[in-house]
Amino acid sequence: MRTDAPRRRAHDRGDGAGAGGAQAPTEVVISLYEKRPEIYPRARVGASLGRFQRWRWIFVWLTQFVFYAGPWFTWNGRQAVLFHLVQRKFYLFGLVLWPQDVIYLTGLLVISALSLFLFTAVAGRLWCGYACPQTVYTEIFMWIERRIEGDRAKRMALDRSAWTARKVALKGAKHAAWIAVGLWTGFTFVGFFTPIRELAAEALHLELGPWETFWILFYGFATYGNAGWMREQVCLYMCPYARFQSAMFDRDTLIITYDNARGEPRGAIGRSRDRRSRGLGDCVDCGFCMQVCPTGIDIRKGLQYECIGCAACIDACDYVMRKNELPVGLIRYTTMRALSSKQPARDVLSHVFRPRVVLYTVVVWGIIAAIGVSLALRVPLKVDVIRDRRALAREVEGERIENVYRLQVMNTSEQPHSYDVRAAGMAGLLIASSPRFDVGPEQTQTVVLRLQAPGASVPPGANRIELQVQAADDAAVAVREKTVFFGLRR
Amino acid sequence: MSDFTSGVWDYFVAIISITSIAGCAVFLKMHSKVRAKLDEQGRPQTTDHVWDEDLREYQQPMPRWWVVLFYLTVAFGLTYLLLFPGLGTRYKGVLKWTSVGQFRSEVATADARFGPMFDAFLHRDLVDVAADPRAHQIGERIFLNNCSQCHGSDARGGNGFPDLTREEKIWGGTPEAIETTITGGREATMPPLAAVVGSDDDVKDLANYVRSLSHSTHDAARASRGQPKFVICAACHGPEGKGNQQIGAPNITLAVLRYGSSVDAVVDAIQHGHHGVMPAWKDVLTPAQIHLAAAYVYSFSHPAAGAKPDAH
Repeated sequence: MRTDAPRRRAHDRGDGAGAGGAQAPTEVVISLYEKRPEIYPRARVGASLGRFQRWRWIFVWLTQFVFYAGPWFTWNGRQAVLFHLVQRKFYLFGLVLWPQDVIYLTGLLVISALSLFLFTAVAGRLWCGYACPQTVYTEIFMWIERRIEGDRAKRMALDRSAWTARKVALKGAKHAAWIAVGLWTGFTFVGFFTPIRELAAEALHLELGPWETFWILFYGFATYGNAGWMREQVCLYMCPYARFQSAMFDRDTLIITYDNARGEPRGAIGRSRDRRSRGLGDCVDCGFCMQVCPTGIDIRKGLQYECIGCAACIDACDYVMRKNELPVGLIRYTTMRALSSKQPARDVLSHVFRPRVVLYTVVVWGIIAAIGVSLALRVPLKVDVIRDRRALAREVEGERIENVYRLQVMNTSEQPHSYDVRAAGMAGLLIASSPRFDVGPEQTQTVVLRLQAPGASVPPGANRIELQVQAADDAAVAVREKTVFFGLRR
Repeated sequence: MSDFTSGVWDYFVAIISITSIAGCAVFLKMHSKVRAKLDEQGRPQTTDHVWDEDLREYQQPMPRWWVVLFYLTVAFGLTYLLLFPGLGTRYKGVLKWTSVGQFRSEVATADARFGPMFDAFLHRDLVDVAADPRAHQIGERIFLNNCSQCHGSDARGGNGFPDLTREEKIWGGTPEAIETTITGGREATMPPLAAVVGSDDDVKDLANYVRSLSHSTHDAARASRGQPKFVICAACHGPEGKGNQQIGAPNITLAVLRYGSSVDAVVDAIQHGHHGVMPAWKDVLTPAQIHLAAAYVYSFSHPAAGAKPDAH
């Protein structure tokens, strides 16, 4: 596997030093930094989208529908999906998560990470190629670019041409459209964290708060910069996942690769259809695989870290193969083992389901099931028992001992509730303060609880007791909390 | 105040910091170009380093913006040191920023914002403020942050600290008395009186008599023997033991006594005395905050004028 093949150096283009001559130098001074060569990916080869490109667009629509439309849905008269940072509550349709539920976020992250491992083990950079926001927004931005400036050849010509009024207009229109999409993206993003309808009203009246403005501009600029200007450089120079995923590849991982044995030696289409007699492989060296590549690499050089697994080259190559009445799949999803051992095609897939993949699948579904069960059994009530720090115990009338507790009662449901508190675990324990209290929907209330016990019967020191807080209208909504009751030293 | 006793260290810090940052830029410039060997095709392909038989490091050029980021970091570092005091203690920075200054400006901002809210209550009668639900909420927060450490979050006190929910208070329960207590603090001493009372037995008799005043558990025979000795206590606590708010002598006819209610606890009080201190809050709280806290305390014993003491 070549992971660091040199790309696009000046010398590759033949205009560098060291070209021939009797006194060719053996050493040369080179710069370690170079202006990024512009890449002009071609939209497609042929009239219609290829198989994998169609999938990519399906994923663009799917992910962007979830993103752009997501915050506009309502549920029970509120925004259905809202991670309310100010109120510190996460709304997910019927679910309301509080900061105390952050464990579910951890679970989500673990699921995401393991899914990434699973998909990578099965078919390489599926995430990068089809679902990563960097890919998706780059795809959208390139679509806009093509609408305005035209496809590869036209864009290259435009960039080479002088700055005419037409060029300024085209470039201006492109950037205006990009910035519009970027701002809309930033607005939508902020709309996940602060109610989007209020945000829209504020935006219309130009009354956005300073932080809302900042984050909308920040994410807008990030979208515009990353999808418009940075593009593949994010994957090449910034993304850590792009670099560590090769550790998750093995010989049975499906990767997008060129069938060297079948394609080489490459040669242009001749008059004769019989390439074998001319000593040629199936690659007609049309270069379309390089033209459609969004990272500007030549897949025929083998697996490279720049490849984001978008499969655009497969679609381009298949089209050319069909045109030339050659079998498709010269560039295809296959495994290193299949390529090196002439494995029959039907065995390739069965090899993909190897122990590593089975293990990842089992673990991912195990965690999903655990989180699902835990969410289903969640009680919409949380209670924290806080003891007064100084006053451990005090004497009260009737020669009784009293302990004071502050109960932080959090009603995490969206309805108001009355709760009853009970104390158990010690003889003669009774509640001296009001045993019932009301807490409004999604409210936290501090309730002072006074427990008393006959002075003579309380052993000195800490006595373990248990408090139970239960909703008056639903016995299933109950929380038990352990605490201690202090007796006075005699 | 200087962290260093000698001014030499200011130069030491400044020279090292500036030289390091500038050195980074020079280093970066020096290493932006390298001398590379050419391979068979006449191209500077690899660095000639080979590991694990066939791993070679290529001469892959980074994008130019990447190195610009490094220079920007250097520029940021130098600008930061120009604006903020990062070069020892002598150079104060262009912005003259200090952490104390920032704290003071934040306090001033908060005062400007919340001061009027508090002051609106200061000019209202305390009984009236105690009945205001909003003042009650503010008072509760002031109480929980400043008073509850001793008096408990429900204000009912505990051993050594008085119960504030009773109408009768050691230094008086009028609005003015409460406010005076919080503002200036209170201090009172009960001297050890065992020597005046007599033998250990006499002390125990007297203690039993004190407990009999509230009909608490006591030895009736001892109590009657102790009664004549109560004149010693009456000097401060009054002939009936109801206390004297002028000097902060508490009412000792209550069932629950501040320093323990058992006969043994009273014996201990007579033998060793007690010294009670309520600190002054005038330097910690503003007059308006004291007014609100006093109103909150007042509302416990005047529930008609405020909220229930249990419902926080």
